[in-house]
Amino acid sequence: MASLDLKQKLAILSDAAKYDASCASSGTTKRDSMGGKGVGSTEGMGICHAYAPDGRCISLLKILLTNFCVYDCVYCVNRVTSNTRRARFTVKEVVDLTLGFYKRNYIEGLFLSSGIIRNADYTMEEMVRVAKSLRLDHDFRGYIHLKVIPEASPGLVNQAALYADRVSINIELPRDDSLADLAPEKDAKGIRKAMGSVRLGIEETTDKAIKAKPPKFAPAGQSTQMIVGADAASDGEILSRSAGLYGAYGMRRVYYSAYSPIPDTTSRLPPVRPPLMREHRLYQADWLMRFYGFEALEIASGDENLDLAIDPKLAWALKNRARFPVDLNKADREPMLRVPGLGVKSVDRMIEIRRYKRLTLEDVKRLTRGLDKVRPFIITDDWRPGSLTDRADLRTHIAPQQLSLF
Amino acid sequence: MQVVRLASETDFDGWRRAARLLRGADVSPDDALWTVDGGGDLFGQTTELAAAAASFTVPREFVEVAERVVLHSSGERFALLYRLLWRLANEPNLMHIASDPDVARARDMAGAVSKAIHKMKAFVRFRQIEDADEETYVAWFEPAHRVTEAAAPFFVRRYANMNWSILTPDRCAHWDKALLTFTPGADPADAPSEDALEDYWRTYYASTFNPARLKVGAMQREMPKRYWRNLPEAGLIPELVKAAEDRTSAMVRQTPSEPNRRVVRQAQRLSRDASFEEGAPTSLEEVVAGVDFCRRCDLWRDATQGVAGEGPAKARLMIVGEQPGDQEDLAGQPFVGPAGKVLDQALAEAGVPRAELYVTNAVKHFRHELRGKRRIHQTPKTSEVTACRWWLDAERRIVRPRVIVALGATAALAVCGKPTQIGKARGQAFQLADQAQGVVTYHPSFLLRVPDAQEKARAYAAFVEDLKFAWSLAA
Repeated sequence: MASLDLKQKLAILSDAAKYDASCASSGTTKRDSMGGKGVGSTEGMGICHAYAPDGRCISLLKILLTNFCVYDCVYCVNRVTSNTRRARFTVKEVVDLTLGFYKRNYIEGLFLSSGIIRNADYTMEEMVRVAKSLRLDHDFRGYIHLKVIPEASPGLVNQAALYADRVSINIELPRDDSLADLAPEKDAKGIRKAMGSVRLGIEETTDKAIKAKPPKFAPAGQSTQMIVGADAASDGEILSRSAGLYGAYGMRRVYYSAYSPIPDTTSRLPPVRPPLMREHRLYQADWLMRFYGFEALEIASGDENLDLAIDPKLAWALKNRARFPVDLNKADREPMLRVPGLGVKSVDRMIEIRRYKRLTLEDVKRLTRGLDKVRPFIITDDWRPGSLTDRADLRTHIAPQQLSLF
Repeated sequence: MQVVRLASETDFDGWRRAARLLRGADVSPDDALWTVDGGGDLFGQTTELAAAAASFTVPREFVEVAERVVLHSSGERFALLYRLLWRLANEPNLMHIASDPDVARARDMAGAVSKAIHKMKAFVRFRQIEDADEETYVAWFEPAHRVTEAAAPFFVRRYANMNWSILTPDRCAHWDKALLTFTPGADPADAPSEDALEDYWRTYYASTFNPARLKVGAMQREMPKRYWRNLPEAGLIPELVKAAEDRTSAMVRQTPSEPNRRVVRQAQRLSRDASFEEGAPTSLEEVVAGVDFCRRCDLWRDATQGVAGEGPAKARLMIVGEQPGDQEDLAGQPFVGPAGKVLDQALAEAGVPRAELYVTNAVKHFRHELRGKRRIHQTPKTSEVTACRWWLDAERRIVRPRVIVALGATAALAVCGKPTQIGKARGQAFQLADQAQGVVTYHPSFLLRVPDAQEKARAYAAFVEDLKFAWSLAA
């Protein structure tokens, strides 16, 4: 095999990394390069430096250290039995690319993952060496996200969290038994244990009671990713798994990744077009759980799937008409947040406005993206929906047009 | 009509001074005309307003919004702000009414400016000056509003230890690792036209794109076309979009590929070596259960079951055959078919009680090919023998026999770890790594296949002799 040049390696190892949906560069400590020797800053809000035609943001240099892998996860293009081209970066190559891209303002930092070579510890150690070199040799103060290999020893995971802003361990599949089936070398219990120990590490360094704080431990927290559509799990199962992950391990984000056809598939998992609409609805549902006070079970339970034609909040409202209409001039914040078409921002603005004047339909119109969806569910000074709320054909009345996203 | 002449397009201080005077003098928004002429003397010749300065307060929110709105490219911004200021006198809570048309418009404009600042932070692309004494970077950028000065401190914080300039049509920012300075607008030709790393960046952009998830609208909402001409990666977009559908269909239509042979072999070797110590069975029950679920090689696919060894756990003599045959595969026991009959007969003649022996095979699944309706025995491949050694070695560790008899070449390979010629090596004992004594002899199926009757009798006698010898060693 002819040896690959750096550009070929970059092509192979960024292609191999693109199935990880995470791109966030936000939520870490505020810092900059003033008074230092290198480059880099983070200011809370992340920056998306480009968008690919798949609509995904490009914030970090998202690459694998290598796509050689001893694991045989059937959904993964890098599985050991795949015929994909293989490449491996040296630590220095990754460091130089990161700094070169960063200085040209292409990226916020690095998101480094890797196939498993030799064993989990060896691989994790190589990844830590990259982060360590960026931080210590080059005083790099930009964002670093490291993928944690759950089988790696806790000492190495701690080191990763020391240099990285965020660490993540992918749960991969919503069901434990499908993980055992499709990713035989991975262990759902081990993954959860590793997530648990990351949470403990984070809490130790943020515990207000401890005066002498140990060094920062993954200040931007941890996240994870679930592949949607590679096994038979329902949306109800997926959402309750997510709720569990948020609750148990303090995840900042659970990413949903529609199972996407990969080059070089196996007969075990035939290629399909990615269920993008389903992924979109899951993100909306996830949003409802995190910011709107919804429980997973309220959105979809058991073997239920989300309605692909309408958003989950509207679907919930149509099933719970008795809780509407909500009087926007009187209601508490929580019931207002449950009104379809009202976002957190518009609800908070309404609450501010009504200290000074009574809200009318005209106000609502200015604060939302359109009245059609909102009107049946609210009362304002000049509007009562009357029987509209309970109309049998309300659904077609509100959402006549069909799917646009596929 | 009162005409105000501001010093520059972003002259917030000038607007503030003028607005304070105008409101103090009770000049209604309809009677004020806001212009920018670069002079900055505000009212030109008609300065009688100056004396009327009155002091009043405004909400903090208003100042924050106004500072942003002034950077907007819209011509109505100064008048809009003055109208808000005017109305605040009678409506002190106005800024809280997000749904008021003037407030909504001002907030929209402030939002657009904030967005333009954010996009500037995102879409500036530096190019390195070649042959510069010190590492120096220059970017050409066209912001959506007049935000260069507002965005510059961000680049100072991020690139404090780097020389850089950002050139735009109406304002340029420069940083020399100590001081931030601004100069008037520049020309695209003043910035470098290329950078060696841009090709790598384009490679990354194209490779990180997933053609199966084409969402051009989502991309364009966040990366509007107006920015494309200064983004080195944007030139790739039309081609990527065009090819996406074909690439996706090709992936969906593809026939599943055969697993990479070389890698499969290597992986099996790796997993064998890696798991040798860990998880190896410690009892014969575990061997029986484990063999049936074994996936260390592919033979399990066409076999009925895995066939483990049989016999007492403390047997002094272990007999290792090649692999289960047709009968053994069905029964789940070793040496119960035709070859087993030969073995039983020979053992009886040698005076060796089979019940006291541990009898097993080098390979635990039946390798065969189908001919018509019959399953024809095939010699296991070396890779399969090697994969299955994990089980044989486990049996050897558990039973710890004094003597191991290998029947035929395959068993000899598994027991000794190297190819052995039976004809030459038979009839003598040798030391094995695990302290047992090794003996090799013919496989009973071989005896069944010898065509010449005399030769067959000679080989059979040798076989009985070898068994007797081994048994005496084990005693």
